[in-house]
Amino acid sequence: MSGGGVFLGVQGVSKRFGGLLAVADVNFEVAEGSISGLIGPNGAGKTTLFAIVSGFQKPSAGRVFWRGQDITGQPPHLLARSGIARTFQIVQPFAGLTVRENIAVGAFLRHRRRADALAAAERVAERVGLSAELDKPAAALTVAGRKRVELAKALATEPRLLLLDEVLAGLNPSEVRDIVPVIRALRDGGVTVLMIEHVMQAVMNLCAMVHVLAQGRIIASGTPSEVVADPAVVEAYLGHGAATRLAGGAHA
Amino acid sequence: MSGRDLLPILAFTVLAASVPLFVTAGTVLNFLIFTLVIALAAQGWNILGGYGGQYSFGHAAFFGTAAYATALLQLRLGVNPYAAFALGVALGALVGMVIGFLSFRSGLRGSYFALVTLAFAEVFRVLANAAEFTGGAAGLLIRLDVRPANFQFADRGTFYLVALALVVAALIATRMLERSRLGAQLVAVRENEAAAQALGVDALRVKLAAISISAAMTGAAGALYTQYFLYLDANIAYGTWISVEALLAPIIGGAGTVFGPVVGAVILHGLGEFAKSLVGRVPGVDLVIFGILLILVVRFPPRDLPRLLLRRARP
Amino acid sequence: MRSYPPEIVLEAVLNGLLTGAVYGLVALGLTLVYGVLHIINFAHGALLTLAMYAAFVCWQVFGLDPYLAILPLVPLFFVLGYLVQRLVIGPASRGDDSNILLVTLGLSIIIENGLLAVFRSDTLSVQVPYAMEVVEVGAMLLSWPRLVGFGVAFLVAALLFVILALTDTGRAIRAVARERTGAALVGIDVGHVYAVTFGIGTACLAVAACLLLPSFYVSPRVGNAFVLVAFTIVVLGGMGSVAGALLGGLFIGVMESLSGLYLGDSLGQIGIFAIFILVLLFRPTGLFGARA
Repeated sequence: MSGGGVFLGVQGVSKRFGGLLAVADVNFEVAEGSISGLIGPNGAGKTTLFAIVSGFQKPSAGRVFWRGQDITGQPPHLLARSGIARTFQIVQPFAGLTVRENIAVGAFLRHRRRADALAAAERVAERVGLSAELDKPAAALTVAGRKRVELAKALATEPRLLLLDEVLAGLNPSEVRDIVPVIRALRDGGVTVLMIEHVMQAVMNLCAMVHVLAQGRIIASGTPSEVVADPAVVEAYLGHGAATRLAGGAHA
Repeated sequence: MSGRDLLPILAFTVLAASVPLFVTAGTVLNFLIFTLVIALAAQGWNILGGYGGQYSFGHAAFFGTAAYATALLQLRLGVNPYAAFALGVALGALVGMVIGFLSFRSGLRGSYFALVTLAFAEVFRVLANAAEFTGGAAGLLIRLDVRPANFQFADRGTFYLVALALVVAALIATRMLERSRLGAQLVAVRENEAAAQALGVDALRVKLAAISISAAMTGAAGALYTQYFLYLDANIAYGTWISVEALLAPIIGGAGTVFGPVVGAVILHGLGEFAKSLVGRVPGVDLVIFGILLILVVRFPPRDLPRLLLRRARP
Repeated sequence: MRSYPPEIVLEAVLNGLLTGAVYGLVALGLTLVYGVLHIINFAHGALLTLAMYAAFVCWQVFGLDPYLAILPLVPLFFVLGYLVQRLVIGPASRGDDSNILLVTLGLSIIIENGLLAVFRSDTLSVQVPYAMEVVEVGAMLLSWPRLVGFGVAFLVAALLFVILALTDTGRAIRAVARERTGAALVGIDVGHVYAVTFGIGTACLAVAACLLLPSFYVSPRVGNAFVLVAFTIVVLGGMGSVAGALLGGLFIGVMESLSGLYLGDSLGQIGIFAIFILVLLFRPTGLFGARA
């Protein structure tokens, strides 16, 4: 099986840590221009899968294809150069730098000159709603602000594929409502998005395609409403009896 | 880089360059030249340690390599002193790159990086002390031949200006680094290596560039030392004293800032002289003070002082 | 390279083993502190020097035999180490690794140069009747002070093992080493355990100093000679591994003895540094099955 022509293809990927199989023979594809979701209970292997796709970890088995090329095991900085950006679940701003400088680190990937990188950083800041915070130290922002910086840094590398690791976690409902249109606008601007997310409301809202990971395996793939209706998903992911609650909640 | 970025450096240059107009006492100039040599070595440490967050305990490896190379090229091969100086600096940078490549490729950081740099410097010291080629324990003496064409000056004031020119060049280079892509990437690697890599930063390449520039600057200090004192042995060139001084000055003056190393070198050696004037020439007293100062600066970072004082002032 | 008759080589190996045990003791303190506090104590060498001067003063001022000086110096250095961690390193580090690096470096600068200011750079040594005594084993001559050092070093290691395995303090130390937050949650005073560990590490140095003094000189920088050796041992044996420290010590002692025999003393040092650098670069987790 080759990955020719696929935008992003994950083929038979497994990752073993000692005796623990964190990711087990995972296959899925991401279509260009889509927003896809990767959901599943804690410890399902979602973040490990992200780390493999973005080059931070090598899979124990399997391959990752990116726009027709085998990129398995390539280091993260080369993948970033070729258009794959990621955010981190635990946001990692460069503490000693201002918001503008934080974003500029990403922008320097495509812009050699400082003035160009700073200008690009400002444009990105506008897209994610950080224009007012540009000169603040990144460490001084609220959680929501830091999440936006995390997003802006990744965006500044001008990615074609953006891997978002729980950018909505820890935000209150109104903050979530604010950031959902930002993500949709990214897709409309030509960035393909693959997101790990626990906030189901946002997943239902944004994703065309959802893959459900449980104990390292993909147990379901489909549209959000399909996977939510899947009894296997309901049992594995939402717990016993949740199907009824969800059915009730959908009409509320 | 804008004119505003260079203004403080210009002001410092004018101020420092006018010193020989007022001061002619040999001992004072001697003290100032030595302080400039330390400031230059410290600026080198600051590039890697201050901006890059990689704390080396063995910058003597670069200082000493350039110092020995400058002396040996003149003594053994009859190379022109200026060319020997340049080659010495280049060799220092090369040693930096090699040590950096070996350490960073193995993923060494933090204490491990400090340890391995310390060990490299010690290996060089033992080798230089034992080898006949480097003059062994007796050291090397450069023939006194006072001619400007020979990088030897009759007047201490002239040498002071030469040392100052090198320090100013290092200040400008540091400011340029701050305003460059490499500088931004270096700070990003210091703050969070994984996050930097995710943004396309080639952390290994960035750290290698930093250690090479760093080693070149500290090497320049070593070569300058050779030309000024015209004498060298393994304990001077590769001794822990220079590794420690190169680290102390930026930490005390402000690591990761353009002027930190200069400020730190002046504070340290000012204090050292002051201590000597108080207790006389008791060996080690100045370093005891440096050590106490180091711990105090780490305990109470100067940038937090205003906040700490305010808190104390309140009832 | 010269060639030697086998009994000379064997003698060198045995003498290396004897010295190596004391090296192992120095490394034991370092590795214990690393294993529990996760800090590399750059002041370790300077604290050893301080202990050697303390033993020297005991001998010169009070006429106390270095081996007997172990009795007062062990509690003294335990308290010293406890206080240094509690009052200086702990507060000043503020939980940041590079701060710890700098604070312990600062301590070593203060101790070394304080000793230099008081005692000047002269090398001092004690004269004890047994300094030159040897024990004949077959055709080989083994130094008596080194034999004592070997025995006591292993005794201390065994004692330490018992303390760690059987006492409440030892259990608390192991709990903190394994899981600091968890230990704090079940009510262990982590700051106290840190300081106790540092105190034990420093007390090991006091023993090592007393064992070294009869056959070694003292100078303000003498600790440096040992500290790189100790770092090498710790890196070789695996950071935080007690058994690794002893095995590493023996190995390095033999290496040093043999390279001294074949290369001469000054170049012999290079052998140790070369091992150190190679292990750091290529096997930073240690050779003897270190912990993950």
